[in-house]
Amino acid sequence: MMKLRSKQVLSRRDLIRQAGLAAAATTFGPLAALADTVTLPFDNGERPLVKYPQKRPMICLTSRPPQLETPFGVFNGGPLTPNNAFFVRYHLANIPTDIDPDKFTLEIKGKVDRPQKLSLQDIRKLTAVELVAVNQCSGNSRGFFEPRVAGGQLGNGAMGNARWRGVPLKSVLDMAGVQAGARQVTFNGMDGPVFDKTPDFVKALDLDHARDGDVMLAYGMNGDDLPLLNGFPLRLVVPGYYGTYWVKHLSEITVIDDVFDGFWMKSAYRIPDTPCNCVEPGTAPKATIPINRFTVRSFITNITDGAKLKAGTTRLKGIAFDGGSGIKEVAVSIDGAKGWLPAKLGKDLGKYSFREWSLPVKLAAGPAELKVRATSNAGDVQPMEPRWNPAGYLRNVVETVRVTAS
Amino acid sequence: MRARLLHLLLAAATLGPIPVLASPISYALPAETAAFKPGPNLDVVKNNCSACHSADYVSTQPRGAKDKRAFWQAEVTKMIKVYGAPIADTDVAGIVDYLATAY
Repeated sequence: MMKLRSKQVLSRRDLIRQAGLAAAATTFGPLAALADTVTLPFDNGERPLVKYPQKRPMICLTSRPPQLETPFGVFNGGPLTPNNAFFVRYHLANIPTDIDPDKFTLEIKGKVDRPQKLSLQDIRKLTAVELVAVNQCSGNSRGFFEPRVAGGQLGNGAMGNARWRGVPLKSVLDMAGVQAGARQVTFNGMDGPVFDKTPDFVKALDLDHARDGDVMLAYGMNGDDLPLLNGFPLRLVVPGYYGTYWVKHLSEITVIDDVFDGFWMKSAYRIPDTPCNCVEPGTAPKATIPINRFTVRSFITNITDGAKLKAGTTRLKGIAFDGGSGIKEVAVSIDGAKGWLPAKLGKDLGKYSFREWSLPVKLAAGPAELKVRATSNAGDVQPMEPRWNPAGYLRNVVETVRVTAS
Repeated sequence: MRARLLHLLLAAATLGPIPVLASPISYALPAETAAFKPGPNLDVVKNNCSACHSADYVSTQPRGAKDKRAFWQAEVTKMIKVYGAPIADTDVAGIVDYLATAY
């Protein structure tokens, strides 16, 4: 622990030393892995807590490419997730680790009248917008699937909420002049595969979605630059949509006149084409569609499973969110789903944001099952039983925290 | 020296607003600590799997598959067919053996 601290000081001293040298790059050096581990509440859930540059100790799912999960307690700290605690997910190991924002360019090409090559400065000069939005990995909570499925075995921490600053994607598409007949827009970042044969990570949105004014190119996050592992210097923000679309280190936008058939759209990140986007556990869907909006979810954040509480009044608090209609109501049950009590909703930071909620409840002595259930403005309600799909996406069952009061 | 350093740190912490333009970043990823478990054909596994991902990609997968061999065969096939991993046909059985035995 002492060793880690001294390294942290060194790293900060380096930062300060370099602050006076305009040309010097900011160096974020490696730090020792912490000895700590956490155990996520499913089989084979033990994970090291690892300290990456620009990050606080995070739950390490994989180290190459880096996949870091937010320790769940962070979500009790407020509706915005700090940059140094925000989850990280990469697919391909060739990630950009040396980035000079002065040399960075974003190319806009394809079916456009005026192809563009924009510097970061060009983009920062455009009228900026800010938006609070949740980003959540498609496979968040995959470790809870039963039967278990292959893939990143995440707890509930592959999500986060931030105030994004940047420009509407529409602005730069309009600058480039989208041609008649265009159908989709594809997005590529600076990260890439180790082997040429591995499909590069490219995602696509329908043109109307890309031009809806909410989809944005973000260079700012919670009042600061993006951390490198969250897409520095520029990333796509697709409010209400799963993180797979939020392409990091965004460098290439291509307007196309057909439906993009790259691997990461056509074969990966697909959900069952059924009304619930689910299938009988353990079976394969007949047809699939690309994953899209978040399902509605809610969590208790101030009490952990297995907690021992004092009998009497306890204030429960937590967060809720959905795919962009906003949260209509949050209900809490303290008797294992027999009765439900309406929670008080916190400040509305926008329809794409975490919505805080709280409710004082009276717990009698003995064991209790605390449940929380959100309803979206679109009318979607969290299900009491988990829904299943083979890739382990979309989890949104009503969560249960078991406590004992005495 | 120590006191002066602390002073500098405090000064830096109170500088306030962030710079308008981001400065260059050189980012060093922490060393990998996860290692493949001992088992048959470990060298073949290391040679074929380590280029693209760390060992924790394997070790964190669910352990309770009814048919472990089928589970890992499917993963190795996915790496080859979908992700283009250059794994020789003659290495596949050994890799599946290792994965089904060690994990």
